[in-house]
Amino acid sequence: MNFSVNHPLLFVMVGIIIAAVIAQSVYFMVRAWRRALVLGIPKDKLKKIVRSAAVFTIAPAVSIVVGVIILSKNLGVALPWLRLSVIGSLSYETIAAEQTIKAFGTEIPALTASQYVTVALVMTVSILVGIWLAPLLGKKMQAGMLTLEKRDKKWADIFQNSLFMGMISAFLGFVFCDFSSVFKGLTYGLVPICVMAVSALTTILCGLIMKKTGWRWISDYALPLSLVLAMAAAIPLTGWLGTAPV
Amino acid sequence: MKKYSELSYMDSVHRDGKIWNFSMTGILFLFPIVVGLIFSATPDWTAFLGGLVAVAPMYWAVGIVETITYLPMLGSGGTYLSFVTGNISNLKLPCALSALEQADVKANSEEGEVISTIAIATSSIVTTVIVILGVILAIPLTPILTAPILDPAFDQILPALFGSLGVAFISKSWKIAVAPVALMLILFITIPALNAGTVGIMVPVSALFTIGVSRILYKKHLLD
Repeated sequence: MNFSVNHPLLFVMVGIIIAAVIAQSVYFMVRAWRRALVLGIPKDKLKKIVRSAAVFTIAPAVSIVVGVIILSKNLGVALPWLRLSVIGSLSYETIAAEQTIKAFGTEIPALTASQYVTVALVMTVSILVGIWLAPLLGKKMQAGMLTLEKRDKKWADIFQNSLFMGMISAFLGFVFCDFSSVFKGLTYGLVPICVMAVSALTTILCGLIMKKTGWRWISDYALPLSLVLAMAAAIPLTGWLGTAPV
Repeated sequence: MKKYSELSYMDSVHRDGKIWNFSMTGILFLFPIVVGLIFSATPDWTAFLGGLVAVAPMYWAVGIVETITYLPMLGSGGTYLSFVTGNISNLKLPCALSALEQADVKANSEEGEVISTIAIATSSIVTTVIVILGVILAIPLTPILTAPILDPAFDQILPALFGSLGVAFISKSWKIAVAPVALMLILFITIPALNAGTVGIMVPVSALFTIGVSRILYKKHLLD
């Protein structure tokens, strides 16, 4: 059979795998939903969580579609569709594909079946650690957290908050990673900082409106609204402050 | 071994998670194998090793660190799902954090576990559906989504996400936040090697530092 990176059979295979991924999500969702009802969490509250998680996901998911399109130039659509729907991220998959293609040692106008299989294997083997490590460590780490909680409940809460805050601090630091460009008279490093400020101010504004008006529904959409407004603000801000020199 | 019906909810989540994730590992490996069988192609083992040596050590290290760091934050069900569907720091984790905040439940409670799982499952389903639509509409969407004018918006997703999350969490626990935020700002501004590629490595560093500082503050009764 003649191979092409966009062969219909590749789409069928990827479609089957993606169906399995959706099935896993639906399975965990149904089990958690039933358990939530047993725990006495009202259905309305759960529906709100679903609604705002869905709305929040739209903008980042569209950026994943962009990733599929970018990777599809060399790899066709099927493989990037698989890699960015299961485990991967654009940066990981781009590097894995580029390094493997480099290892072929020649310029490649179109991938052969053998090269395609090789790239797919490197992407799969490279990225699989979390998927099997989570089941191996999950129960033990949860037991550790429970022991901590039994010993000192207050410290267990602080410990959990510290984990969240540590993660958020690292990403806040990352926002400032190009800030030093200011010392060289360039302003592009201020773009992410201004975008972050727009997002933060939108969230604060949503909180204030909620307090003033009592419209509690605003809090359900504060994060997606902040995300989209800040992303939109990035366009004029980049036009104004410039981009990193290539 | 206990029967399934005798298991607690959490035990059943772990058992299901193991079954699903190990099965997904097998299914993912089937893709290159079946493609090779259908098109009578064998991998180029030299290029495979070359590619693997170039990327695997870093990815495996990051994978181990991410699993250990994110597991207590995502909850068990959320972890099993997130490590299958990916895009954790830029999508699943912020989504779970936002849901916990919205539902006003603690991450280490069973309520937190189910809320986090529901949010991550929703996010996974919506992402998968949007990517499917993107694949179906790839030809008409390509000129729109890859228009240079939109590049800055997609480049700035993380600052846009963490601005909002930062406000929500720092306002609740500002005493815990001061030291790690200051440290991370200093490190990221002064060390050029710290950038988008290395932020994943800095998450556990920052988390460990925050836990250490919080422990000192807690022992000195400064978090009362």
